[in-house]
Amino acid sequence: MIEIKDIHKTFGENEVLKGISANFQPGKNNLIIGGSGSGKTTLLKCIVGLHEPTKGEVIFAGENFTKMNFEQRVPIRTHIGMLFQNSALFDSMTVEENIIFPLNLFTTMSKSEKLDRANFCLKRVNLENTNNLYPAELSGGMKKRVGIARAISMQPKYLFVDEPNSGLDPKTSILIDDLISELTEEYQITTVIVTHDMNSVMGIGEHVLFLHDGQKWWEGSNKEIAHTDNKELNDFVFASKFMRAAKAKL
Amino acid sequence: MFYSLGRYILLLRLSFRRPEKFSVYWAEIMREMVSIGIGSLGIISIISLFIGAATTIQVAFQLNSPLVPLSTAGSIARDSTILEFSPTISALVLAGRIGSSIASQIGTMRVTEQIDALEIMGVNAPGYLISPKIIASMTMVPLLVIISITLGLTGGYIACLVSGDVTPADYLIGVRDGFDGLTVRVALVKAFVFGFIIASICAYQGFYTSGGALEVGQASTRGVVYSCVMILFADLVITRLML
Repeated sequence: MIEIKDIHKTFGENEVLKGISANFQPGKNNLIIGGSGSGKTTLLKCIVGLHEPTKGEVIFAGENFTKMNFEQRVPIRTHIGMLFQNSALFDSMTVEENIIFPLNLFTTMSKSEKLDRANFCLKRVNLENTNNLYPAELSGGMKKRVGIARAISMQPKYLFVDEPNSGLDPKTSILIDDLISELTEEYQITTVIVTHDMNSVMGIGEHVLFLHDGQKWWEGSNKEIAHTDNKELNDFVFASKFMRAAKAKL
Repeated sequence: MFYSLGRYILLLRLSFRRPEKFSVYWAEIMREMVSIGIGSLGIISIISLFIGAATTIQVAFQLNSPLVPLSTAGSIARDSTILEFSPTISALVLAGRIGSSIASQIGTMRVTEQIDALEIMGVNAPGYLISPKIIASMTMVPLLVIISITLGLTGGYIACLVSGDVTPADYLIGVRDGFDGLTVRVALVKAFVFGFIIASICAYQGFYTSGGALEVGQASTRGVVYSCVMILFADLVITRLML
């Protein structure tokens, strides 16, 4: 479980996060949603330690991550997998090398064991036989799937996903969402997804955190969203005609 | 300026933390050595031959006096090549070739979140990305300078053969006459320091890039310019201290 307590983050004079607290449970898809500039990516970066919160605490399974130094964080980080918005695959490495990279650094697995693990991860994301391709040779959807394969290569307890559907067609978006959801349930991973894709929210949003103006504005499940009277959330979720029509049918 | 200097020193400290796994870092050092050493061999060979040849012809032209033996041209060309042209000109060219490559490579990794991906995994990103480049540069630049000196002197010999301003025999006498090993030591110390300057300054510029493609290009340019200025400053300091 991940617990965040009163997270504040200020850049110069600009206070981006204004005291956010929440719990993220294992085996659940925890979604952080909000408009552009609401602070959702900053919150994600504070949780994973890419930004240091100005105030507040991030606790991974009872261990205060915020108070740890770089070396103390390494054991927790080896349990973290992250899929970035642009996949962030290492350009100079093949698909297989990308997946094996964390195994090379943090495990004592033999070469064949690492290869087996890479093949397993690639099979899990339906990308067999792409081992020797470079990221530049992959489509956007394939890059995301390789990113997921790399993120799960170390069998993480925590999976962080930043805008998994950006730049993808609707069909591939659903495929990625389903894949993340399946992995979360199968391995009981604590998954935190930052998105503003309403299909993802309605499809896999078991626990949704809505941010507005750097604050937690609403928290609940996708089933509760349709019945909430929170104006900002309604304006955000049901901004499109399609979503308003879908709500009217409920 | 002091902020940048402090950040540069802190980055260097982070770069030389204990590696997560030595074998992975070793492979990276070897890869960088090939990239820096073999990759720069062509350009270093070309400039060294031409600079050696041009220096010899110019020295011969300036010493066109019956009072000065022709072999003196060889001695002056040798010392100029060893002390100044090979280490400094090579370093300036290498700053352009490998320095811009280091800054743009690390800068691109920064703006495409690849460095964030390393940090999330628990990898010491400065250590993994910067220390192999610095070690490789400090190893390969002196080797390139030795090659450059050899080719520079060869270029001078070829110039003598072709131009006839100095006979090859006089040139060879001059090259051998009064040779002091200290000049080679000074050249190697310079090359070692220049290797560090090129890799560390360009890596620093790349590592703290933010934005997009435009900023990566700017970081690369800044890296090369600052490296060149620091190379010339270090050249002066080392020359003053050692000669």
